[in-house]
Amino acid sequence: MSAPLLEAEEVSVTFDVPRAGAWPWTPPDRLQAVKAASITLEPGKTLGLVGESGSGKSTLARAIVGTVPVSSGRVLWRGQDWAAASPRQRRAHGRHVQMVFQDPLAALNPRMNVGQVVAEPLVTHFPEMPRSEVRKKVGAMMERVGLLPSLVNRYPHEFSGGQCQRIGIARALITEPDLVICDEPVSALDVSVQAQVVNLLQSLQRDMGLALMFIAHDVSVVRHISHRIAVMYLGRIVETAEASELVENPCHPYTRALIASVPIPSPKAERARHRPVLQGELPSPLAPPSGCIFRTRCPIARDTCAQAVPEFNDIGGQHYVACPYLPGSS
Amino acid sequence: MIATKSVADELAAAAPIKGRSLWADARARFFRNKAAVAGLIALVCVMLFALIGPFISPWNNEDIDWNVLGNVAEAGRPSLETGHWFGTDALGRDLFARTVQGTQISLMVGIVGALISVIVGTLYGAVAGYFGGRIDAIMMRTVDVLMSIPYMFVLILLLVVFGRSMLMLFIGIGLVSWLDMARIARGQTLSLRSKEYVEAAIATGVRPFTIILRHIVPNLLGVVIVYATLLVPSMIIYESFISFLGLGVQEPLTSWGALINAGAAEMNKSTLWMLAWPLFFFVITLFGFFFVGDGLRDALDPKDR
Repeated sequence: MSAPLLEAEEVSVTFDVPRAGAWPWTPPDRLQAVKAASITLEPGKTLGLVGESGSGKSTLARAIVGTVPVSSGRVLWRGQDWAAASPRQRRAHGRHVQMVFQDPLAALNPRMNVGQVVAEPLVTHFPEMPRSEVRKKVGAMMERVGLLPSLVNRYPHEFSGGQCQRIGIARALITEPDLVICDEPVSALDVSVQAQVVNLLQSLQRDMGLALMFIAHDVSVVRHISHRIAVMYLGRIVETAEASELVENPCHPYTRALIASVPIPSPKAERARHRPVLQGELPSPLAPPSGCIFRTRCPIARDTCAQAVPEFNDIGGQHYVACPYLPGSS
Repeated sequence: MIATKSVADELAAAAPIKGRSLWADARARFFRNKAAVAGLIALVCVMLFALIGPFISPWNNEDIDWNVLGNVAEAGRPSLETGHWFGTDALGRDLFARTVQGTQISLMVGIVGALISVIVGTLYGAVAGYFGGRIDAIMMRTVDVLMSIPYMFVLILLLVVFGRSMLMLFIGIGLVSWLDMARIARGQTLSLRSKEYVEAAIATGVRPFTIILRHIVPNLLGVVIVYATLLVPSMIIYESFISFLGLGVQEPLTSWGALINAGAAEMNKSTLWMLAWPLFFFVITLFGFFFVGDGLRDALDPKDR
């Protein structure tokens, strides 16, 4: 096991939500978007992050990138805490960590042409680089992500969603970062284009030795690309394991429900399958349930679940679960 | 994208394809709008009138035609023979030269006021909206306080205390014109700040002021330009009102407001041309700006139609 590239230690992100109609001096409600999340990422590997909408996946990613302030905990980059770094250091750090966004068109400034969009990180971090070299690098990167370099003068609205996502990937990779955080990069795309983009990311990862953090709510896509998967629910990581281990041997009841919700591309098998469908809605993160946060929707919840927050147990083979009642144990 | 390799190579070797920017799209939409183009032509004509008028006028705006004096209603009427194409004013000064000169002043007041508001207001609002929080609160409360001061009172006070001069007029107009713009720019910035491309720039490590100039301001410009074109006529009206009160530019300089005031005073002496000419240019220009503003709004914001 090599030294980790990125470690998040007990990272919490809390937002202040002003109460409607309250006095300016009344204390605001506190929304715990991410609570004590710890993840580790090794160079060249992919960490998948799954969970339903509102589970804090994107907030965790933004806390790692630094666009959202970390309330407590540490984000270690090659052993150095940079949640505490100065704004200047953090900006310089942007060279090593880049981000790919969910909505491919919204992530591109509509007033800039593609060449300017892709060149922006390069111009920011290497201001003394001659323009001819910038142009050459942009062309090479466009070609690498499967776009014609002659399209540099076009504007984002002239491209399809999949092409825009490729432009976003080209922008993220132009500074040759060590880590790219993909925030649901394929959720807004057609299934056929999803496969293209995922395969592109995989081949880029192989060629450039990138580490990826891949966020999605679709377990099958995450499984395809990830080495490790972490499952989030209401701001907390409830289970993490190697990708194949997690999918084949899910231990947390939430993970099991998530995996059961993946459709099987065969009508017969799909009909024959027993699916434990989750009841109810995600509880409000303003007032999370006591004890185990999943207990309000858990099919195997019992009285003790309301009392204590379950420990994060290693059940062997780097498989961690935040639930004491494993399948087969009761 | 899915083209075969040889075709792809051929295309890659070809010259870069020219893209159609949103600005180019907007320009095409603007020129399809007939009312807006008519307004633009009218404005260009008025500006040409102001620019080349002094060179073709046979009279100076200060000189009094002594032949006309005392018999303005008869000898001072518009005629090609005397060279007073627009007639003369009550003192026998050539109205063509004076209208040209008034047009220059009025357009200058309108354009300078709009420019101040575009530059100061946009940057101020973008900074307040982008940084948000306490900076935003302090900056916008300052705007609120400035707005609550009756600006006409301030301007009159300025002109009375420091004397009537063009500079004071510009300062007075500049002081108030950017406030509305700052609010509009700030409101737009609040919604732009949450866009993903701004977040991408932050995550990349672009400096905040570069983000404001590169990502926020260009996307604000559509709204700002529309508001600015509608602000020019209101600045002109504003200055005309000041001049109408007799506090604007000083004789022998004049402006549309002052000319209209003078013409209105002579209305019952059957010298209607004194009122009609400046009023004609005033109205044409206001309509022109309003039509151009409407056309720009439709052209720059296709979603709103």
